[in-house]
Amino acid sequence: MPKRPSTAGTAAAEAAAEAPTLADELRRLEEIVRLLEADDMDLDAALALFEEGVRRLQRARHTLEAAELKVQTVLEEAGGSLRLVDLDA
Amino acid sequence: MSLSLFDPTIDLGAITVSQLNQAVREVIEGEFGPLWVHGEVTSFKAYSSGHWYFTLRDESSQVRCCMWRTYAQRHREAGQQPPAEGTRVFALATPGMWEEKGEFRLSVTKLMATQAMGDAALAFERVKRLLQAEGLFDVARKRPLPEFAGGIAVVTSPDGAALRDVISVTRARWPLARIVVVPTSVQGERAPAEIVRALALVDRLEGVDLCIVGRGGGAREDLAAFNDEAVCRALAAVRVPTISAVGHETDVSLCDLVADVRAATPSNAAELAVADRAEVLHRVDGMAARLAGGLTRRTRLAAERLERSADRMQGALDGLRERRRATLERLAAQLDALSPLKVLGRGYAMPTGADGRVLKRRADFPPDLVFNLRVSDGDVRARVE
Repeated sequence: MPKRPSTAGTAAAEAAAEAPTLADELRRLEEIVRLLEADDMDLDAALALFEEGVRRLQRARHTLEAAELKVQTVLEEAGGSLRLVDLDA
Repeated sequence: MSLSLFDPTIDLGAITVSQLNQAVREVIEGEFGPLWVHGEVTSFKAYSSGHWYFTLRDESSQVRCCMWRTYAQRHREAGQQPPAEGTRVFALATPGMWEEKGEFRLSVTKLMATQAMGDAALAFERVKRLLQAEGLFDVARKRPLPEFAGGIAVVTSPDGAALRDVISVTRARWPLARIVVVPTSVQGERAPAEIVRALALVDRLEGVDLCIVGRGGGAREDLAAFNDEAVCRALAAVRVPTISAVGHETDVSLCDLVADVRAATPSNAAELAVADRAEVLHRVDGMAARLAGGLTRRTRLAAERLERSADRMQGALDGLRERRRATLERLAAQLDALSPLKVLGRGYAMPTGADGRVLKRRADFPPDLVFNLRVSDGDVRARVE
C-alpha cells in the first residue's frame, strides 16, 4: 500500500498550515460583513472593505473546493527518525 | 449502687431497636461505597416482583444479597442467565442494612459469572478508580477540538475497518485534511505496549493538530487494551486534542473517559474531528450575500444622505428668498411712508420751478413767476402776484 515517499515536514506542514489560514480568512470575513452592516462608515472605506472581502471570499472558496484528502502513514526509521509515506487509500 | 433496668428514667440512656438499626445502617453505608465481592452463589431465588435474593459465601462466611429488579433485568438484557446454585461470581455490591430484620446484606448491581470476566472487571475498576483519583477524567482537562483540523493522526490498526471508516468519512466531509496513520495492533498481548508507543509518536509529527485513537467493535476482551492503565496515561499525555473511538456505541472504555472527546464509533470520530465542507461553503455563500447586501445598503444610505442634503439646501434657499422678500416689502413700506406724494395726499402742494427744483423760500417766488404746483392728482400752473 505505501507509495511515493515524501519528506515529513515541508510540504506536509504547509498543507497542514492551510487550514488555520482558512479559519483566519473566515474570521476576517465575518468581521468585514459586520463592519459593512453597521451604519457608521464612509463610502470609500466601505468600498475598500468590500473589495477585501471579495478577495478573501474567492480565496476561501478556492481552498475549500480544490482540496483533496491526503492519507499518509508514518514509518519509524532504524535511527529513530520518522518518515511519512503516502497511502493509496 | 443497683441499676433498675425497668426504671422509666433510664429511657434517657437507652435507645430503641429501630434507632439502633438505623444507626448501624448509617455507619455501614457511610463507611462503604460500591465494591466487588467474590463468592459462591447459594439459595438463589427470583421473586415475581423481579427482585433476586441469594447468599454469597466462601469457606467460612456468608452474606445475604439482594439484586433489585432494575439490575436483575439489566443482567438478563446483557444476555446472561441468573446465576446457578454454586456458581462462583464477582458481584459489584454496596453493603447495607435491612433495618426491619436487623440483617446485614449486600445490594448487588452487577454480577460477573466467570473468573476471566471477573478479573477484567476488577482490573477495570481498579484502574478507573486510580485514574479518576488522579483527575484524568476531569471535565476541566478536556480540550476543545480545532475548528478546522489540518493534520489528523489516527492511531489504529492499518488493516482495520476503523481506519477505512475514518478515511471515507473524512474524505466526504473535509478533504482539506491530511490523515497520518500511526499503525499499531489494537488487540492481543502486545497491543497495550504498541498503542503506548504509537501515542508517543503522535507528538513527534509535524502539522498534526488532532489525534484519533480507536478500533472497530469486538468482543469485550478484544477491547481490553483500551482499558489498560499505561495506554490511558499515554493518551492523556498526547499534546494535541484527542478523540477516542473504541468499539460500538455501548462499549465505554477508560480511553473514552480520558480522551478529550468520546466518539461512539470510528465514523463518528471522523464526523467530530472535521467540519463539513458543504456547510462551510454554505457559510461562505452566506457571507458573500451579506457582503453584497452590506455594500448595496451602504451605497443606498450614501445616496439617501445626498438627497437629504439637497433637500436641506433647497430649504435654505427657500428661506433666504422668503427673508429677502420680507425685507424688500418692509423697505418698500418705509420708502412709501417717506414719499412726498404721500404728504400731498393729505392736502399739501409742492411748488417746483421750471427747472423742476422745489421752491421752498419767499425768495424763490419773485413777482410774476410762473411755477408748477404739484397736488395729489397732478400739476397746476400758477403765477405769483
